[in-house]
Amino acid sequence: MDLSNDKLIEMFTRMTRIREFDERAGHLTEEAKVVGSVHLYVGEEASGVGVCATLNDDDYITSTHRGHGHLLAKGGDMRKMFAELYAKSTGYCHGKGGSMHMSDLDLGILGANGILGAGAPIAAGAGFACKHRARGQVTVCFFGDGAASEGAVHEAMNLAATWKLPVIFVCENNLYGEFMAYSSQHAIDDVSDIAQGYGMPGVAVDGQDVLAVYEAAFEAVGRARRGDGPSFIETKTYRYYDHVGRDYGVVPRPEEEVNYWKSRDPIDIFRATLIERDVLSDASADAITQSVRDEVEAAIKFAEESPEPEVSALLEDVYTEVTA
Amino acid sequence: MADQKRKGKKFWAAIAEAQSHAMDADPDIFVAGQDIEMGALWSTARGLRERFGPERVRNTPLSETAMAGLAVGAAVAGMRPIVEIMFIDFMACCMDQIVNQMAKMKYMFGGKAKLPLVIITHQGAGTGQAGQHSQSLEAWFAHIPGLKVVMPSDPYDAGGLMASAIWDDNPVIFITNKRLLGLRGDVPDEPYRVPLGKAAVKREGTDVSVVATGRLVQEALKAADELAGRGVSVEVVDPRTLSPLDSETIINSVRKTGRAVVAQEAVRFCGYGAELAAQIADEAFDYLDAPIKRIGAPFSPVPFAPTLEAAWIKGKGDIIAAIEEIVPVGAPA
Repeated sequence: MDLSNDKLIEMFTRMTRIREFDERAGHLTEEAKVVGSVHLYVGEEASGVGVCATLNDDDYITSTHRGHGHLLAKGGDMRKMFAELYAKSTGYCHGKGGSMHMSDLDLGILGANGILGAGAPIAAGAGFACKHRARGQVTVCFFGDGAASEGAVHEAMNLAATWKLPVIFVCENNLYGEFMAYSSQHAIDDVSDIAQGYGMPGVAVDGQDVLAVYEAAFEAVGRARRGDGPSFIETKTYRYYDHVGRDYGVVPRPEEEVNYWKSRDPIDIFRATLIERDVLSDASADAITQSVRDEVEAAIKFAEESPEPEVSALLEDVYTEVTA
Repeated sequence: MADQKRKGKKFWAAIAEAQSHAMDADPDIFVAGQDIEMGALWSTARGLRERFGPERVRNTPLSETAMAGLAVGAAVAGMRPIVEIMFIDFMACCMDQIVNQMAKMKYMFGGKAKLPLVIITHQGAGTGQAGQHSQSLEAWFAHIPGLKVVMPSDPYDAGGLMASAIWDDNPVIFITNKRLLGLRGDVPDEPYRVPLGKAAVKREGTDVSVVATGRLVQEALKAADELAGRGVSVEVVDPRTLSPLDSETIINSVRKTGRAVVAQEAVRFCGYGAELAAQIADEAFDYLDAPIKRIGAPFSPVPFAPTLEAAWIKGKGDIIAAIEEIVPVGAPA
């Protein structure tokens, strides 16, 4: 992969932004500073960033309940994200969506979805629009191993393959659906095996290695842009925290498993690669992390100082008023 | 009589023409569904494939969730999809896309999403198709904020409401009754619209208001004809759009006549008519000279046997009987 140093540093920065955002988001819910629940993407940063680094601004993605990472991977604004967590009017959804639905349509993000697998048919629809416009746009559908059991995903894959739509199905297999282990939910080792049944190529990649993810996505996106139809990528990754919040300790996971995956931290791996390639030094990598932490604190301050939604906003945006 | 019957365009043709006119005007409009390429099972897309070609008139897999999601994703990405779900009963397969996705994307995602899409679907009993191909489920959709729900009762309204549904920037559930699709009426050749959210007084009267939806509007008109011969003047009001509802026209009618019958084909319990009756009670209570009567199907699945189905489905006779309970009616002429 011939990626410029600037691009590599940008990818490292985005992974760091995801990590720092979600660590703080987890703490903020524990401190009861924000309402509702958060589904944290910590540990899975290489998946979203590796895929989105292959996309243009006018490409679409559909995201999930664990969507903070996808939004940041596509270039999201942390201030609007924290403001949404804080249910403020300055948030991405003006305080009407919260953690589970924060998304930016202007970045081509067609929703962060509270319903498992529901983004897949929407991605097929957006993919049809891409094909119709014939400007080489593509749509990426992010979903998890849990959603791979949902009929919506299978219906969407069949439609996308039959119509040769420019859609990339990215299954982020973090080994847990809610609190249930992958092996208790599926009979196959690789979710990507299902791709074959729908007539599209499927690969499983190391989801902790952002460059491996990038490479697989680059190929799939190229295929889609050329009009050769959909592809399936399974990124094998790990959810560091519980289904919701950081650590409820409801169902303890095997220590060996946790230690193994934490020894393969996606940010540590990428940082070591970049230092080895002289793209970054320890000092410059630390500086990036520090500047992201500063950004996080400034964004939280912005959120805390922002106004709550006016009650008069309750009935706004239920419908679009202007009509063709 | 035979000549008169053949006059005008059929209900399905009015819908097909409205789509055709809109597709002429906007290349981002496409039509998709099961067997849509042959003109759709109910003919509501007849001629579109021939005129607009395979890119814009497309058969889909038998996959209602994918089809509804296709509409959502294509709409939010800038197109104007029209997707047909062959029977309203099949909407049960794709309720997530309708209830959780298309209805909420604008509200939940900061007001930016526009969803100019139409889901056209067909309902109604009386065709011997039993419990999974005969229901009337309009109330499900009217209950969801973010959706618009349209239910025309004659060919003119069908064409005009379809045009408005297509050009509306919100998701619209467009529901026909299968037994109305062959009905003929005056329909202009040129593009025209019937506005969403506007009820119609289909027949003026002074003694009682029948607020009916879908096929029951036609039944109410027949009842009104018959009762006119017995000295009863029946006003028939058709909401046409169930959501948003034009309450004003309905309330004004009931305030004028002082009596109300609410009629639907759907199961009566928790049906759309309950909302109509409640609004009338709230807004016109002081004008009522009699209790509000509510007509709807009994609380059972739609049965298969013709004798049972005939007992299940409501029509003209039920409307007349309800009116006779609250209006002094003379003997049949």
